[in-house]
Amino acid sequence: MADTGNEIIFEQSGSYVGRTLSRPGARRSVMGRGRYTDDIQVARTLHAAFLRSPYAHARILNIDTTAAAAMPGVTRIVTGRELAEHVEPWHGILSSFVGMKSAIQHAMAVDRACWQGEPVAIVVAETRALAEDAVELIEVQWEELTPVVDKETALDAGSPVIHPEMGDNLALRQDIDNGDVDAAFAAADHIIEDSFEFGRHTAVSLESRILVADFDPSTERLTIHTSSQVPHMIKTVFAKLLRMPEHNVRIIAPDVGGSFGLKIHTFGDEVATAALSMILKRPVKFIADRLESFVSDIHAREHRVRGRLALNKDGDILAADIDDLTGVGPYSAYPRTSVFEAVQVINITGGPYKHKNYRAKATVVYLNKVPMSQYRAVGHPIGITVFESLLDQAAVVTGLDPVDIRRRNFMPDDGYPAVTPAGLPANDLSHEACLESLIKRMDYDGLRREQAELREKGIYRGIGLAAFIKGTAPSPVGYYGAGRAPIAAQDATTVSLEPSGAVLCLVGVTEQGQGADTVMAQIAATAIGVPIENVRVISGDTDAVPYGGGTYASRATGIGGEATFQAGRALRAEILRIAGVLLQSEPSTLEVFGGNVVDAANHANIRVTLAEIGRIGHFQLGELPNDVQPELSQTRHFRVKDVPYIYTNGIHGAYVELDPETGFLKLLKHWIVEDCGRVINPNLADEQVRGGAVQGLGGALFEHCIYDDNGQMINATMADYLTPMAGDMPDIDVAHIQTPTSASELGAKGVGESGVGGAPAAVLNAVNDAMMPFQRHITAQPITPQSILKALGKI
Amino acid sequence: MTELKERHEITLTVNGETVTRTVEARQHLVDFLRNELQLTGSHLGCEHGVCGACTVRLDGEIVRGCLTLAVQADGAAVETIEGVTETGEIADLQETFVERNALQCGFCTPGMLLTAAELLNAGKPATRAEIRTHLSGNYCRCTGYHAIVDAIETTNNKRLGTK
Ligand code: FES
Ligand code: FES
Repeated sequence: MADTGNEIIFEQSGSYVGRTLSRPGARRSVMGRGRYTDDIQVARTLHAAFLRSPYAHARILNIDTTAAAAMPGVTRIVTGRELAEHVEPWHGILSSFVGMKSAIQHAMAVDRACWQGEPVAIVVAETRALAEDAVELIEVQWEELTPVVDKETALDAGSPVIHPEMGDNLALRQDIDNGDVDAAFAAADHIIEDSFEFGRHTAVSLESRILVADFDPSTERLTIHTSSQVPHMIKTVFAKLLRMPEHNVRIIAPDVGGSFGLKIHTFGDEVATAALSMILKRPVKFIADRLESFVSDIHAREHRVRGRLALNKDGDILAADIDDLTGVGPYSAYPRTSVFEAVQVINITGGPYKHKNYRAKATVVYLNKVPMSQYRAVGHPIGITVFESLLDQAAVVTGLDPVDIRRRNFMPDDGYPAVTPAGLPANDLSHEACLESLIKRMDYDGLRREQAELREKGIYRGIGLAAFIKGTAPSPVGYYGAGRAPIAAQDATTVSLEPSGAVLCLVGVTEQGQGADTVMAQIAATAIGVPIENVRVISGDTDAVPYGGGTYASRATGIGGEATFQAGRALRAEILRIAGVLLQSEPSTLEVFGGNVVDAANHANIRVTLAEIGRIGHFQLGELPNDVQPELSQTRHFRVKDVPYIYTNGIHGAYVELDPETGFLKLLKHWIVEDCGRVINPNLADEQVRGGAVQGLGGALFEHCIYDDNGQMINATMADYLTPMAGDMPDIDVAHIQTPTSASELGAKGVGESGVGGAPAAVLNAVNDAMMPFQRHITAQPITPQSILKALGKI
Repeated sequence: MTELKERHEITLTVNGETVTRTVEARQHLVDFLRNELQLTGSHLGCEHGVCGACTVRLDGEIVRGCLTLAVQADGAAVETIEGVTETGEIADLQETFVERNALQCGFCTPGMLLTAAELLNAGKPATRAEIRTHLSGNYCRCTGYHAIVDAIETTNNKRLGTK
């Protein structure tokens, strides 16, 4: 638990923790001075474009590049087979998933393409337009093969097997079986049973994937400018795949134009681009155009889940039983795999509640579609939707209000530490407090009255709730680390006192506009005791900052923030030690406050400024005794220990209006109360939650990678793959309950994904609530006007 | 393809400065601004006219820089985020965007600001719903729009003296 000493630090007048401050990066962006990878000019850059498979599954009989290579301006064309001599293939499995299978994947298809969009050949030319022109001149002789496109039949005996050497299309089966589920179902008064379908999504970061790879043959160094959340992982992975000494690879991530989990994966086209830079000894740039993004970016969330809930007549949950089937791509993503999503689904389903009998099965199968892997709030929208929807059905049969059935079954706020139904340790959660706050903010009873009155007039409104837990700030236990993935489970920060008295803060976690740099500055300034204007944060350059995991799984503040806090406290202690020598005072009688060393007793008398300490500590060391060596740079590492995740929790409320004639849905308002522990910057935290919620709502209502029977994605344009627009979305009310995590002194948990997970469930429950008078309901997402009309029996 | 690669000389004013360049017939205005003039404040999110990240002004009207050809701007006046920043025309809106955190990654922001400026320039009260409708050709994947609507609403009200 955060000790009282820290409470004092966070609450004293010089503290920046808990204060809304604007982001310096935001000021650059509004003035058109953002600097994204595409804005970087590297002299003599060549441009890459890819020939991609037009088929979901096809053998490559021959590739003729003669005409393309003869085009003026074309520097080099390399096929997948040729590239395989320069690039190591990869294997997207982790040893922690016992029995997991995947085929070996090459950067580009060698003799067979396994999804529509898989890169087949790379063209490098003077301009991107010329490279694209040349791609059109490459002639490939294809032999079409039968694609596996339906997850429901992918394991059938008669199904084609994508990789014959694997024997079948199974990636992984994982089970949980806690308590006595069969006995609980046998004793139940009510059993709720349903099946849920979730469409595929993709991240659609507004800036697409991009890199400029710059190999310098004189030093054998490879510098890659790229839009990435995980520069160190990319460094390690690219070094391995390109057979480079790791210390010769440098990754620089400038401004990142959205990422959402997309930019934490290894993409063959990016590896191929770097390889071509090494082959040609020139910088090579690749930027995915939007159309190829849809068939080469990671997809996510294609699941079918069957769920059962056992209850007694009072509405107590006795047991839950779920069966998740997901169809990923033809290969498991490297190095994070494509099975985490299903594993997260079974981990978090029903997580807020206290039932102990829980059985879950996850089955992950390979398909000839774009590879799936981690995308913001991995698996959570699915598990939350399944459970919260079943719970609302349970409320109906037991005659309870949706609020009351949740109240009744929540893990109580004073019941921690506890264990979730899946058997995972959970601590410092606040379901009850969040629910009570939510219903007050919504004026739940008022909305119910309004709903009833409007129903009389033929207006159909619905209210939906969805409670959740969210795994954040993963530890090395049971996550990537346990499976031997080259992904840092810890993070580190170095803070240095400069001669001027300013502080340089080098952080391993990364900024994508969520505000990590600002939050780190707030934490560092508070921990040391300096004005925030005097703190400069550097992130996103593997040559400059300590090795770290970067940003994923809502870990920047929870993990990087604690490393920054500890580094800051260490620097403060060192400053006080030196001040003590200079002032011949006991360091414990001194404090760093407002950029000065002051008397601890009153924080008032300035005894010596930090600029003075910086000057002496760097320039006039003769003023210090010989045995006092100032250590004005301090590095601290931090990892979460003992538990796999720092769980957060929260609850969403949705209010919708449904037109039963047209099937149109209007989102009237959305509310979220969540508990991310100590809030460092309220405005940034709120906007993370809001932005996430809209991404979740997009998935619930619009977003869908639609495939035909041949494995062709038929809506692979931004005009056809619908993401939420301003006019579709409601205002979103956000509030926080703050229960600091006991896993760190800072007490912050993750916040970046809390908006995403619960929103689809809340809106589905609201739609079904609105359809209650018709005694119909929906269990598939996206929820479209057609699906509503179909459910209502109108079409 | 040959006609597309044909080159034309164009003369236009960009942010008040006259520039003359020879461009390929197929080059889009936003590529021209970004690649030839290094005005990288305008972005490319889709290159097919959907997202609005490439929004710039052509003779005072906002257009999609990815659908407009550079040759179409011959003789015209083009303004980009860099230009309107320089003139201070939307300084209040920019400040409110920063304060309200109405942007995260910032990739949509220049286009969003120019689209919002159009609404502000109308000089009329606008409801939140009207602001949302006005923005519906500009995608933002990060913010969920709420803060953007707040920032525009605040600025509009301030300009109209209603708050
Ligand atoms: S880049 Fe022009 S509208 Fe998207
Ligand atoms: S701020 Fe990232 S797309 Fe709008």
